[in-house]
Amino acid sequence: MTDHEHYEAVVVGAGPGGAAAAATLAKHDVETLVLERGVDAGSKNVSGGLIYAEESAPYTIDDLFPGFREQAAERPVTDYYIHNVAGEKVKTFDITDLHEHDTEWSDAVLRRKMDSWLADRVHEKTRETGGGLLTEVHVNGLLRENGEIVGVTCDELDPIRADLIVAADGVNSELARDAGLMSWEEPDEWFQGVKAVVDVPDVDERFDLGPDEGAAHLFSGDLFEGVRGGGFVYTNEDTLSVGTVFHLDSLVAEEAEPHELLDSLLTHPLLDDWIGEDYEELEYSAKLVPDSKKVAHESPHKDRLVLVGDAGGQMQAQGPIIKGMNHAVTAGALAAEAYVEARSRGDTDLAGERYATKLDREGVMDKLRPTRYELASAVGENDLATSIADGVLRSAVGRFGVRVLGDRLENLYSSPFLSMLAPDTRTPYVTMPTVIAEELGTRVTAERTIETPDLADRIGDLTYNTDVGNPHIELLDNSAEASGAAVSACPVSAKDFGGGCYREETVKTNGDEKTAVSLDTQPCVECGTCAIVADTDWEHPQGGKGVEFREG
Amino acid sequence: MHTVVLTKGVPDFREGQVSFDEDGHLERGKTPTVMNPNDKHALRAAFQTKVRNGGHVSLMSMGPPGYKEVLQEGMRDVYADDLYLLSDREMGAADTWATAMTVATGLQKLDDRPDLVFAGFKTADGETGHTGPQTCWCLDWPVITHVISLDVDEEERTVRAKRLVEGDISEIETVEAPMPAFIVADPEYEPSYRKANHRLKHKDLREETKERAAEYEDHVTVWDHEDLNLDPDYIGLDGSPTIVSGVDPIPKAPSERDATMVDADDSEGMEQVVDELAPYATGD
Repeated sequence: MTDHEHYEAVVVGAGPGGAAAAATLAKHDVETLVLERGVDAGSKNVSGGLIYAEESAPYTIDDLFPGFREQAAERPVTDYYIHNVAGEKVKTFDITDLHEHDTEWSDAVLRRKMDSWLADRVHEKTRETGGGLLTEVHVNGLLRENGEIVGVTCDELDPIRADLIVAADGVNSELARDAGLMSWEEPDEWFQGVKAVVDVPDVDERFDLGPDEGAAHLFSGDLFEGVRGGGFVYTNEDTLSVGTVFHLDSLVAEEAEPHELLDSLLTHPLLDDWIGEDYEELEYSAKLVPDSKKVAHESPHKDRLVLVGDAGGQMQAQGPIIKGMNHAVTAGALAAEAYVEARSRGDTDLAGERYATKLDREGVMDKLRPTRYELASAVGENDLATSIADGVLRSAVGRFGVRVLGDRLENLYSSPFLSMLAPDTRTPYVTMPTVIAEELGTRVTAERTIETPDLADRIGDLTYNTDVGNPHIELLDNSAEASGAAVSACPVSAKDFGGGCYREETVKTNGDEKTAVSLDTQPCVECGTCAIVADTDWEHPQGGKGVEFREG
Repeated sequence: MHTVVLTKGVPDFREGQVSFDEDGHLERGKTPTVMNPNDKHALRAAFQTKVRNGGHVSLMSMGPPGYKEVLQEGMRDVYADDLYLLSDREMGAADTWATAMTVATGLQKLDDRPDLVFAGFKTADGETGHTGPQTCWCLDWPVITHVISLDVDEEERTVRAKRLVEGDISEIETVEAPMPAFIVADPEYEPSYRKANHRLKHKDLREETKERAAEYEDHVTVWDHEDLNLDPDYIGLDGSPTIVSGVDPIPKAPSERDATMVDADDSEGMEQVVDELAPYATGD
């Protein structure tokens, strides 16, 4: 055995999943080392912004970290609406009932504040075990002995052995990939979200809220050029999180520019009253979101490694239900619990299997991969079914049906059962809401149009510690066929924009002209989109390098 | 292990901090005094020995009472267990020789005899680079200069260092010396912490030193020439063989050039800029 440093458990990533795992391990006196690659926990993390505590979940974040809601969260969500949009016509449904189904509470959060708060507590708890939390350490792979995973390798530290390795390193988990448990191949398995945190004076007044109240608004319909997905506005204490989330395959197929789709939402007249005269964007950010229905690993472990949260594809997005962080928390705590039980039986190698069993038994897997969806998708997710459904909806018959149902549609939208059934097609995302708005909506007008910053300004406002001379992404094939999709799909690149990561170039060789793609990782926001839509060798930057989100 | 780091307070030469009068003389009254930036590399090197080998880090300076805050800066920004200030009027206006005499005496007065003494590479004001090696000469210890990395073997009582030969980054040699030894840290010194355990300890000690720095006065020991049993004739201005015969201001570089200001939004103006620059772009 080589003389490597050893900890009983190594947790990679200090997001909510990693924090929950570490806190639970520390509670049982497991010597736990937490490694986070950002300069501060939360500096690499982005989420739409709602964290849930489910009534049916065995663990919630405030159980594990008392004071979480008061000190680390923004506002609770007390009102939840979905807006069906067709041009300026909008039909709004109150779906608070759906939101409250199985919900103990739900709060809007900003990740820098939240994760760094968690990290302070995690360090305190794990330090008592002989471990602790370190930032600016990039874990880049798995340490193997005789083909078996026994630890981790890092850019900044010598290899470390551990009896339990918790990969809570996010949607672009290098550990999950190294272990062969997850792959970055198919765009239809992922969503891409982009978000603007917007400074807004008087959130209370503009949203008609009391001090302990907050609102969540979802948007679907024709405002996103037919790309499958939707938008959201969540109220924070003094800011708004405004974002859009789309199926990555749809973004690629439509060659849509994510930042322009975000602008379509931001400039819709409905947002005018909320945002006010002076639009001030504090931060532009992006992230990939795994579609748990397709990628949540049913047995997320191998040797001593367990996957937790986004790293294991544990992100539930079904219609208006978007839950990720709560599942990461549950999974992290369950993984820790599984290890502690296995240790008490004298065989820590059993931890992974026990973890998978717990995910099943506690109902987590069924939320992530509902059987109802699998049935519905088999029937409804093909081009023929979609065009029939769309055709009927758009026809006089369909429109008549929508008019007859009228406000009863609100009840249908609020059904947790139906939301699980919704297929990932154009119908529920685009056609249905558009027809609803056309038939039932009222016209919304605005006195002015918000002026949003262009991409160059958005990039310019971000903080980077650039890894000069050591780019973390390598373009393996620069042909337009292999990597051209990244030019539009990358949230910090655009066609005809020279300041982004991906650019289109015309290369002349022997009188021949062809289009090639070039890459400059300087403006990279580390979302991972290009790892899927382009041919790259994709790693995270070294510890402390790359983009630093201040809001998250 | 006891390591001592020597430091000096210097004018803060950073833009926005430093102030010069019309004749180009430094205005000491208007310019804040800070810890000599190069000395922070020395302090980081000493801190590394503490993290890796344990022990005790002292920070020592000679200067007026206000230098206590310079010592505090080192304690807060890097690390120190305790602070020593050699200070009284008799020590004033010392050159590098008299300073070295005084500092070497201070080092010898420490109850816990140092194993390693660190100095930074030159001060930002004097830039002689003499004081460290002269102090070492007074102690009659081995000196290793231009050090960029360091390993201590406590059992063997040796220190092994990588150093830049002639201060040149392209040539690096490894040398070993018995302890006690005197180390001059190069600005290229990079502390290295490749063990998680060391980083965790580093984090603990940083928290501790920040707390200590908030009440730094409790950790300062001040010694005057009587405490050090030094004859005033051999220290301060009287003990300084250096004679400054005069100071000539460096003439300002001519900076009067014709400038035309063009607003970035003025497209016509910008076109003119491009036209003006175009010949240079082609290399003509």
